[in-house]
Amino acid sequence: MAEAANPSQSDVLVRIRDLHFSRGEHMIFDGIDLDIPRGKITAIMGPSGTGKTTLLRLIGGQLYPDRGSVQVDGEEVPSLRRGELYELRKRMGMLFQSGALLTDLDVYDNVAFPLREHTALPESMIRDLVLMKLQAVGLRGARHLMPSELSGGMARRVALARAIALDPMMIMYDEPFTGQDPISMGALVQLIRLLNDALGLTSIIVSHDVQETAAISDYIYVISRGKVVGHGTPDALDKTDSEWVRQFMLGLPDGPVPFHYPAPDYREDLLQGGEAG
Amino acid sequence: MMLEWVRQLGRSGIDFFEKLGRGHLFLVKTLAGVPEVLARPRLLIAQLLSVGVLSFMLIAISGLFVGMVLALQGYNTLVDFGAEESLGVVVALSIVRELGPVVTALLFAGRAGSALTAEIGLMKATEQLSGMEMMAVDPLHRVIAPRFLAGVISMPLLAAIFSAVGIWGGYFVGVGLLGVDEGAYWSQMQDKVDFLDDILNGVIKSAVFGVVTTWIAVFEGYDTIPTSEGVSRATTRTVVHSAFAVLGLDFVLTALMFGDS
Repeated sequence: MAEAANPSQSDVLVRIRDLHFSRGEHMIFDGIDLDIPRGKITAIMGPSGTGKTTLLRLIGGQLYPDRGSVQVDGEEVPSLRRGELYELRKRMGMLFQSGALLTDLDVYDNVAFPLREHTALPESMIRDLVLMKLQAVGLRGARHLMPSELSGGMARRVALARAIALDPMMIMYDEPFTGQDPISMGALVQLIRLLNDALGLTSIIVSHDVQETAAISDYIYVISRGKVVGHGTPDALDKTDSEWVRQFMLGLPDGPVPFHYPAPDYREDLLQGGEAG
Repeated sequence: MMLEWVRQLGRSGIDFFEKLGRGHLFLVKTLAGVPEVLARPRLLIAQLLSVGVLSFMLIAISGLFVGMVLALQGYNTLVDFGAEESLGVVVALSIVRELGPVVTALLFAGRAGSALTAEIGLMKATEQLSGMEMMAVDPLHRVIAPRFLAGVISMPLLAAIFSAVGIWGGYFVGVGLLGVDEGAYWSQMQDKVDFLDDILNGVIKSAVFGVVTTWIAVFEGYDTIPTSEGVSRATTRTVVHSAFAVLGLDFVLTALMFGDS
């Protein structure tokens, strides 16, 4: 099992120990340990299908582990009551891959949504807050657009404005760079770093976009087949001895993760002739 | 082969009861959100518009034609016995007791029920429901409960509109076209249609259908597999299950209400 980074207790916002989680017969996490330090950007990387998004859902209490501990700000997430979990979630923001904007509300109302749901602020103050959040992501002028009128990158920025509406202590980004053009990608990369530092957030980025994520991360965990296979600062991972981590970081097509899906011997398979499938 | 068949049967049985259990837990959690909806009537009003008001034309036009057909069919039978003056009673009882609640519920499931399932299913597929949960907003209270309540409130009202328009359609054909005496049409109806036995029982039926069809619709949407195929299947299930539930419950309710008379 990979050792987690070992900062002191108060420096750690999310502490995961011996996490086991499976879906049916399929094991997703087989005892992973992670520490997400406060105030930093931590990336969780790994190939598609390794359960990175599942990990965010476990941290957010949308899924429950089979075994192990998930602590956020000292609270054991799986054992929280519903009310306590919702209180904790008010201090968490999550940026979904799709943005998850409410399609029947315009940009302004989407950003105002958490404020209206959780505060009794007068509408004039909500307006100021919404405009400030939209200004931070550069979309104050797009406040009257509907989600269907936004590009993918704009939708994610609106979702980001919504995620910071309640000034959370942390934000979880689920594949923020997937499918973005270079300009949107650059804007998002810069925003994540700027918001993290300016608002004193803790950020967790789940991604398989190596270059972009490594460029803004303070610490990286690499997950594969239910285990942490490597972790360290981006510089340290560049110099790693682990063949697996090297394959992933450099995007090599073959290596410890084979190019071929497990199959019977090629020659025998061809010579079997006649038997379809 | 046989063993596999038994295994499949067992799995289907378990799946069925598991879904039934999920559906009931879902209903309980949704009902827990109703007070919150009543405290924020704007949420409810928006849904009353899309679920109820926008179904009005479909229900009214269908009611009109059903009433007209009933009058035509009834007249042809009654006239053989010289009892065509009872046409008003035949039309009114058929509609108020049976066709009003049942046809309204079937139409409602096809129009509003399928739309509810598709809307909620797509909200799930596009992670809007998950997004709400992560914003500490319970989608069962914020999204499901207002839609459920709107369906439950709308159904009896739509059934009442269906019945009223249907009786008027019967009047138009019976009195207007076929020459049945206008006084007989209304007076016999007034005499024979009982408020408690007929009208109230019809309202009870439509209220039950309102709960069941809306429950099926919102549950299927919420429980859907979040893919386009999943949403499509869920929408189909809403209409099919609602139709079975309405027709089956109609028999049970009719037996309970009118079985001993």
